[in-house]
Amino acid sequence: MADVADPTGGGAAGAHGGAEASRRDFLTLTAAMVGVIGGASALWPFVASMNPAKDTLAQSTTEVDLAPVQVGQRLTVVWRGKPVFIDHRPKEEIEKAGQVNVADLRDPQSDAERVKKPEWLVVVGICTHLGCIPLGQKATDDRGAFGGWFCPCHGSVYDTSGRIRQGPAPLNLAVPPYAFTNDTQIKIG
Amino acid sequence: MRKLALAVLGAAALALGSASAADEPKLPVEHWSFDGIRGTYDRAALQRGFQVYKEVCSVCHAVQYLYYRDLGDLGFSPEEVKALAAQAQVNDLNDQGETIQRPGRPSDPIVRPYPNDLAARAALNGALPPDLSLITKAREGGPDYVFALLNGYVPPPTSVKIAEGLNYNLYFPGHQIAMPPPLSDGAVTFADNTPSTVKQMAHDVTTFLSWAAEPSLETRHYTGVKVMAFLLVCAGLFYAVKRKVWAEIH
Amino acid sequence: MAAAPAKQNKLVRWVDHRLPIFTFISHELNDYPTPRNLNYWWNFGSLAGIMLVIMILSGVFLAMAYTPHKDMAFESVERIMRDVNWGWLMRYLHMNGASMFFIVTYTHVFRGFYYGSYKEPRELLWMLGVVILLLMMATAFMGYVLPWGQMSYWGATVITNLFSAIPVVGDSIVTLLWGGFIVDNPTLNRFYSLHYLLPFVIVGVVVLHLVALHQHGSNNPLGIDRKGPQDSIPFHPYYTVKDLFGLFVFLLVYAAIVFFAPNLLGDPANYIPANSLSTPEHIVPEWYFLPFYAILRSVPNKLLGVVLMFGSILILFVLPWLDTSKVRSATFRPIYKWFVFVLLADCVILGVVGANKPEGIYVTIGRLATFYYFFHFLILIPFLGWFERPRPLPTSISTAVLAGGGGLSGAGAPMEKP
Repeated sequence: MADVADPTGGGAAGAHGGAEASRRDFLTLTAAMVGVIGGASALWPFVASMNPAKDTLAQSTTEVDLAPVQVGQRLTVVWRGKPVFIDHRPKEEIEKAGQVNVADLRDPQSDAERVKKPEWLVVVGICTHLGCIPLGQKATDDRGAFGGWFCPCHGSVYDTSGRIRQGPAPLNLAVPPYAFTNDTQIKIG
Repeated sequence: MRKLALAVLGAAALALGSASAADEPKLPVEHWSFDGIRGTYDRAALQRGFQVYKEVCSVCHAVQYLYYRDLGDLGFSPEEVKALAAQAQVNDLNDQGETIQRPGRPSDPIVRPYPNDLAARAALNGALPPDLSLITKAREGGPDYVFALLNGYVPPPTSVKIAEGLNYNLYFPGHQIAMPPPLSDGAVTFADNTPSTVKQMAHDVTTFLSWAAEPSLETRHYTGVKVMAFLLVCAGLFYAVKRKVWAEIH
Repeated sequence: MAAAPAKQNKLVRWVDHRLPIFTFISHELNDYPTPRNLNYWWNFGSLAGIMLVIMILSGVFLAMAYTPHKDMAFESVERIMRDVNWGWLMRYLHMNGASMFFIVTYTHVFRGFYYGSYKEPRELLWMLGVVILLLMMATAFMGYVLPWGQMSYWGATVITNLFSAIPVVGDSIVTLLWGGFIVDNPTLNRFYSLHYLLPFVIVGVVVLHLVALHQHGSNNPLGIDRKGPQDSIPFHPYYTVKDLFGLFVFLLVYAAIVFFAPNLLGDPANYIPANSLSTPEHIVPEWYFLPFYAILRSVPNKLLGVVLMFGSILILFVLPWLDTSKVRSATFRPIYKWFVFVLLADCVILGVVGANKPEGIYVTIGRLATFYYFFHFLILIPFLGWFERPRPLPTSISTAVLAGGGGLSGAGAPMEKP
């Protein structure tokens, strides 16, 4: 069927013999490859435009004044659109957190690794299972069996250091990058 | 014959197009560091221009689409940018929901002299200083026009009567502009000791404003050269393939 | 290089047996007979198709960052230009892509004028093309409003106000279009919705356009039908490779504008946020609308101006019947050939008139040019068809091509002197 529509094409190309045909093939191949590379490179900026824009990247720090937070109080602030739990821990909570056998934990981390000053716990308030916000910030909330936080979505239980103890979450509550700018102020991010 | 006809028609079209009023002074053409295919922004000029904006223009004119973080493009380090931002006082809400002022952050937009157009008009006898973020793209003649305008405050011809509160400017459409001459020799002291003549300040602030309107110019030029070189190669390759494929038919 | 072997692949055969897409593509590429003598003026159809794809692609990505609310639209476009990664590229591609799309399409249309591509049996193909042109114009008009600059706002005001010229129901129609008492946020929102929709309608009409084309195949520079297989060659590889070459040359022009003169074809006033209380000194549409703008302003009567403006495009629908000549290609129509160039010059002149204020000499020239435009289609073409003596046509495409030898030039091969 191809021959009827293309009386010169196939036959002529064959007749021209090896050198011509292979040179055309090399040329065609090169051209095709260059074209494909060009096409892919042209598409890249489109995909890249979906990455966070400069203004999104710039909203990266939140400063928090800790002075009004009493011992035993918990504060929620927003950092990069996410809730951050700040817990002014009383002595009992700090001790309970320190007494745990780290090797038994699903995500082994000692309490000391997760805090800069032991009385201040700063963790991202997003459950590491599927992203719900755990309960425990309000005094009336269910804090779970370990006195930390309890996620109502699928039952993950976190301890007073924000570490996963029960339930399906794989990791401890994340500790965001933060630093004390002075004794009563932290800067997150 | 066909080509000649087309050429004549083209010339006629051009002649028609340019047959406009010729009594407006022609814009002097200024040389800019960002001219041409390989143009870039002169960082020293950008920094001096920013200084002129900050010390002279920002009293009345906003640059609402610029953020302090953008100033890193001018050659300032992240610390210098933070310091520049912190020099400004920015509106924000405190925990009680009341409006307070706090030091600026790099993520803040550059502070505006007036919160809105009505406030600007009220303070300036009804005149509204335009926002400068896009001024070199929003005016016919672009940077050449802005530069000419800043240098264009000359004594008016005796035949022209200047309205109350306006100033004569050679290049402003209508020749009467509400803005008084903003620049005078020595108005700003440049850190790099460049003499601050009106021409120099006008050149630098126009360079700064050109950057403000089109910060991506350098990336655009740089990418453009690469793209066109690639397309040239592709066109050449495919022309060769085309000739080869069509050789049997010809 | 080989024709059939691709089908040996088992996966290909499995799919093809259930959804014959591979057979379809192979048929269209390899079996579809294309005249062997097409010149480069035939590249512009595929270029238009590619521009449609580029516009949709850049548009979809722009839509990810754009906000269609009057208080945020202008700023969202500036955010795209400054903060979104490669946002400036998306924007300039889309903005200048519209101009390139019209350049390519107008060239494609003029190819049709010169070579009689609208004549029997391609009348519907031509009419579908006019539909595509109308849809493109509507899409471009609404798209220009979206950045909400001064020209966006006032251009929208002027053009939507035109509909009030319609007797009796005009004002109601305008209020319906606006969704308010002036061009305002409701107008912007609905223009955004329709601007996103229409390109896909265009895709549908383009599909119909291609189906109609493939029914009888392409016209050719000689304007005579294919008589047999010796007159045609398969689309692939001959025209695929020629189209690709033409594409890269076109992209060079497109890239030069996007990367080095992105605001050349635009209006500075659109970099000023829209102000409903301040009309710019000079309201001008984008260059591709200028000839129609000139026709609109050529008569002092509002309704007549609107009728003439729309009429200037609608008249294209009936061109196949206005042209009474039995000969298709202007190659063999020694008088008509020149008038195609006169029409081209007339359109350019109308464009220049549209760009200037309707004062002084421009008014006279505009009226003359408008008159000539309608005279060309309504009087000249029918008369030329009846009274022009065409040059003798070659017997077939292959005899003309092979007799001429050498390269396939635009006017076809030389033959016996008249």
